[in-house]
Amino acid sequence: MSRLSNSLRAFEGQHTIGNSRRFWIGFCLAVLLVLLFPFVAGVFSVIQMTVFLIWIFVALSLTLVWGYTGIFSFGQNAFFGVGGYLFAIVGGNLIEVTGATNVALLAAILAPALFAALLGYFMFYGRVSGVYVAIITLSVTLILELITSSTTGVTLGRVDLGGYNGINTVPNLTLGYGETAFSFGPVPMYYLVVVLLVALYLGLRYVLNGHTGYVLIAIREDEARTEMFGYDIRWLKLQAFTASAAIAGLGGALYTAWGNFISPPVMGILVAALPLIWVTVGGRQTLLGAILGAFVLQYLDTTLASSLNSDYAVIVLGIIFVVSILVLPNGVIPQIMTYLNDRATDDEHDEQNAQEAGSPTAIGGDEN
Amino acid sequence: MPLIESLLNVLSVIVSSFSTLLLASLGLAIIFGMMGIINLAHGEFIMVGAYGAAIANQQGMPLAISMLVGGVLAGIVGLITERLVIQYLYDRPIDSMVATWGISIILTKIALVAFGPNFPGIGTPFGSVRYGGFSASIYRPVLAVAAISLLVVTYYLFMNTEFGLHARATIQDADTARSMGIDTTRVYAITFVFGSMLAGLAGSLFAPIATVSPTLGSSYIIEAFVTVIVGGANVLLGTPASSALLSLINGGGSQWGGTLLGRVLLLVAAILMIRIQPRGLSSYFINR
Repeated sequence: MSRLSNSLRAFEGQHTIGNSRRFWIGFCLAVLLVLLFPFVAGVFSVIQMTVFLIWIFVALSLTLVWGYTGIFSFGQNAFFGVGGYLFAIVGGNLIEVTGATNVALLAAILAPALFAALLGYFMFYGRVSGVYVAIITLSVTLILELITSSTTGVTLGRVDLGGYNGINTVPNLTLGYGETAFSFGPVPMYYLVVVLLVALYLGLRYVLNGHTGYVLIAIREDEARTEMFGYDIRWLKLQAFTASAAIAGLGGALYTAWGNFISPPVMGILVAALPLIWVTVGGRQTLLGAILGAFVLQYLDTTLASSLNSDYAVIVLGIIFVVSILVLPNGVIPQIMTYLNDRATDDEHDEQNAQEAGSPTAIGGDEN
Repeated sequence: MPLIESLLNVLSVIVSSFSTLLLASLGLAIIFGMMGIINLAHGEFIMVGAYGAAIANQQGMPLAISMLVGGVLAGIVGLITERLVIQYLYDRPIDSMVATWGISIILTKIALVAFGPNFPGIGTPFGSVRYGGFSASIYRPVLAVAAISLLVVTYYLFMNTEFGLHARATIQDADTARSMGIDTTRVYAITFVFGSMLAGLAGSLFAPIATVSPTLGSSYIIEAFVTVIVGGANVLLGTPASSALLSLINGGGSQWGGTLLGRVLLLVAAILMIRIQPRGLSSYFINR
């Protein structure tokens, strides 16, 4: 047991929520529940759940770049879209030849990363920051939407880009070679997404609690001071931006393979704002906030849309969103953690108050 | 003859693009220049103005009055927004941007629920002119005149009235202004409402030439947004200058390769401008 908790230490630190044994037990239980879900639910629910989980990739990519590094990117959906389109185009052309979509998946991760590296070089090495980054990334997203919308009748190899209607002949995610290639149907796709998501979450926890995390947060808090300490903030921001684009691109590839479909509105202003909403409500400076925010709000949206009407659902969500910004500027999850910590501290006080009168009130650790 | 016709065509496209950009961005620019708040619900204030004008016009009011109704209605919506949400976010510019985003979604959907996806608009007044193969509606130059008039009114308000003096003092140094007895909270509120009214008037003026629908605002917001940033913090100089520059690019591009190319070129030009001079065009006029 102690060896286990030692190996967990690499994923713990003050930059992420949940560093107690209780948290890890809860985490394992949650993952177990998610893994058991296909055994109790029908295929339709599993498919629905898969897309909720896929969008969490975008939420996490935004948390990395905005919440931790302080780059206000409105463009995560551009990378999501580029990943999706690349997967559709490369996959659609190569599936007949190689019988698999290995290259397509790789392209869908690398192309957005390369695109973000170029865009990031353009912005960060030009000292563009703050709200101007938001405007440039938003403009880029909309340019991509405009361009993909105008591709009616354009074909690349075997794939018809389909203009505003998008590409609807995307193959399933198929990994392997020739005869032995495995095509991911609904349930295997679900498990793949779960495994990738857990790996991504743990990977981000590892990186953010390490030295890189400290530097990224330092950039968020004070760019000039971090630079004075000798860090090349342009290069570091470029790295964070590029990594986040790769994550969003992976999400885009999974999304496209999931629905066998991609279309320009994923890069439209309405959809591009969704990750921002999830992350802001959940708590943008926490990974857990991004995950739960994205999951719960998507779930609410779908449930409200089916029980009320999708327009009323959006109004309700919009109101929740605005109120949460006003009342909980740091997001829901950090607020809950602060509350739990305060209570834990109070409990300790109750136990100790006979002996210690003025014990420290701050418990640190779990607080972000 | 064809040369003159195509020149007239280019000119009319550029002029209407200029008036659209200037009208759509003026209110946004004032709110941004004054308080540093990027109001992403601005497009929906334009939409509210268009609905107000269309409804008033249906009730039989004369066109000019209907347009004023649109402006006032957007001003009221702006006032409610400012009191309920914006006033708490003046020191959190990025949160205010995200929150106004939420407001824009709410307003769009309320319009959709209340009026449905389509709404009967206002017919384009004044007829059209014709020269050989060239024909254009007279309303478009009228729109340009209206845009410039609104700019002049704004200029007068900020340069020649007591409110304008207070507003400019608040822009320069809010703390000092407050210690000199200026109620900066009130100045902010009035500015926000004024900006919303300008958006509403823009919407009313667009109503005869646009499709009045809940998503009307979203077709203007990005261009307006980009025009403001390219213009820079000095609204009265920067916004008209960037409207002129971007409309040249947009109009030229549209004429050469269709509206899509026009929009794409406008956005690309704006991205390049922000990279070259993030403080905007107005920083070229003013030596700081």
